[in-house]
Amino acid sequence: MNQKPEKLIDKKGLRLDGRKPEDLRPIKVDVGVLSNADGSAYVEQGKNKILAAVYGPKELHPKHLSLPDRMVLRCRYHMAPFSVQERKSPAPSRREVELSKVIRESLEPAIFLEYYPRTGIDIFIEVLQADGGTRCASITAASLAIADAGIPMRDLVVGCAAGKVDDTVVLDLMDTEDKIGVADVPVALMPNLDVVTLLQMDGILTLEEFEKAVNLAMEGCKKIYALQKEALKTKYMTVKEVEE
Amino acid sequence: MSSIVTRVRQKQIAQSIAKGKRLDGRSLTDYREIKLEQGTIERAEGSARVLLGKTEVLAGTKIETGQPFPDTPDEGVLTVNAELVPLASSTFEPGPPDENSIELARIVDRGIRESKAINLEKLCIEPGKNVFVVFVDVYVLNHDGNLIDASALAAVAALLNTKMPNYEIEEGQLKIKPGHTPLPIGKHPITVTCAKIDDRLIVDPWLEEEQVMDSRLSIAIDDEDNICALQKGGTGYFTPQQIMETAKIAKEKAGELREKLGW
Repeated sequence: MNQKPEKLIDKKGLRLDGRKPEDLRPIKVDVGVLSNADGSAYVEQGKNKILAAVYGPKELHPKHLSLPDRMVLRCRYHMAPFSVQERKSPAPSRREVELSKVIRESLEPAIFLEYYPRTGIDIFIEVLQADGGTRCASITAASLAIADAGIPMRDLVVGCAAGKVDDTVVLDLMDTEDKIGVADVPVALMPNLDVVTLLQMDGILTLEEFEKAVNLAMEGCKKIYALQKEALKTKYMTVKEVEE
Repeated sequence: MSSIVTRVRQKQIAQSIAKGKRLDGRSLTDYREIKLEQGTIERAEGSARVLLGKTEVLAGTKIETGQPFPDTPDEGVLTVNAELVPLASSTFEPGPPDENSIELARIVDRGIRESKAINLEKLCIEPGKNVFVVFVDVYVLNHDGNLIDASALAAVAALLNTKMPNYEIEEGQLKIKPGHTPLPIGKHPITVTCAKIDDRLIVDPWLEEEQVMDSRLSIAIDDEDNICALQKGGTGYFTPQQIMETAKIAKEKAGELREKLGW
């Protein structure tokens, strides 16, 4: 097994991968990567590799699940067996069931559900490689996939975590920091409306540290938001008109 | 999850909250009456029954021996499970746990685990080989809203009431001796849930309020007033100001409950 490092932040104030406390990992965002899906997106954040696809709006099956006044959102967050150190069973774990629920609830406020009564959309998120902060990167990817599917939204939703390692509040925890750090605070934000749609925490934080972590995570979200918008623009700028 | 509350009722609830009073007469930050009873189930190693208004939750613990997790070879194992028993509500169905019961169990688990309520190192019998496994099973018996706070309370109360078997190692064999000692408990996390209805925060939502709320925020507070776990739920959102306000309310409410319970 891997040895626990003594310190997660060195004397110069740098983290294990050389980042400063308020730095994000390198992020790559792509939109429209799957041809079958109505919308799709791919996000790399550090070693995280996450693919999200949206199918719909479409008739729901089974039909009795549909609602007369709004669209139903279904979401599956799933990790590939090879995405982590020890093989993960492909059957959905309790963690994946919970994350599917909180991710769905983080995306729902952004969508004009009432525009599509009696229909549903399916959001499928596959974590191909995990490196800490997958739920946040999944939200970033899923909201892009929804936008790519052309579903009207109030804003994009963007996820980013902050937390505490050693004695410092840091942004965007990677796997080791998440596992042996003091606390982890994943946040999802709709930056234009400045509202938080996902908030969780584990670990121990004082009220002041918690406030600092939430604010730092929101700053991180806003930086990733710029990349999201850029990725959408890039896709639709390069679409050429097909001549009949 | 909810049965249908008429739009009229929804409006009534929101209007009442806007005036600072709730339909059951509580102020916005009042809990319902809390009753706690420990040792309800004699066969369980520990148990507790919590009544939060009409919401009723029973938690029982069982202790077995088993293997530790490979990444924590010298620590005991904690497992929390929650059952939304069909007799508790017309909206609960028999069958394997759904996302609501899994979320409930994981919120309760996180509060206990992250606050380090149980001293898991003291549950180690032989590092890497044999440890005590503590099962906490949360049984919802009547659903009248705010299952999270009631379940978290019942789980910690059951752990406080849990008896650990005495044992000795004889020629490499584990032998259970007569008598028992209390489970090593270090912290007493208390979870406080606030619901947001029409941009106002209320503590301890009951069923009808839960059905019309935009979203909820559950915060576990440990003995030193630190936040040790947190979960947002529901399909709405929170502004940053509302989050900090909820954290302050949770800290205050947890303090009040702690005093009342003597934890």
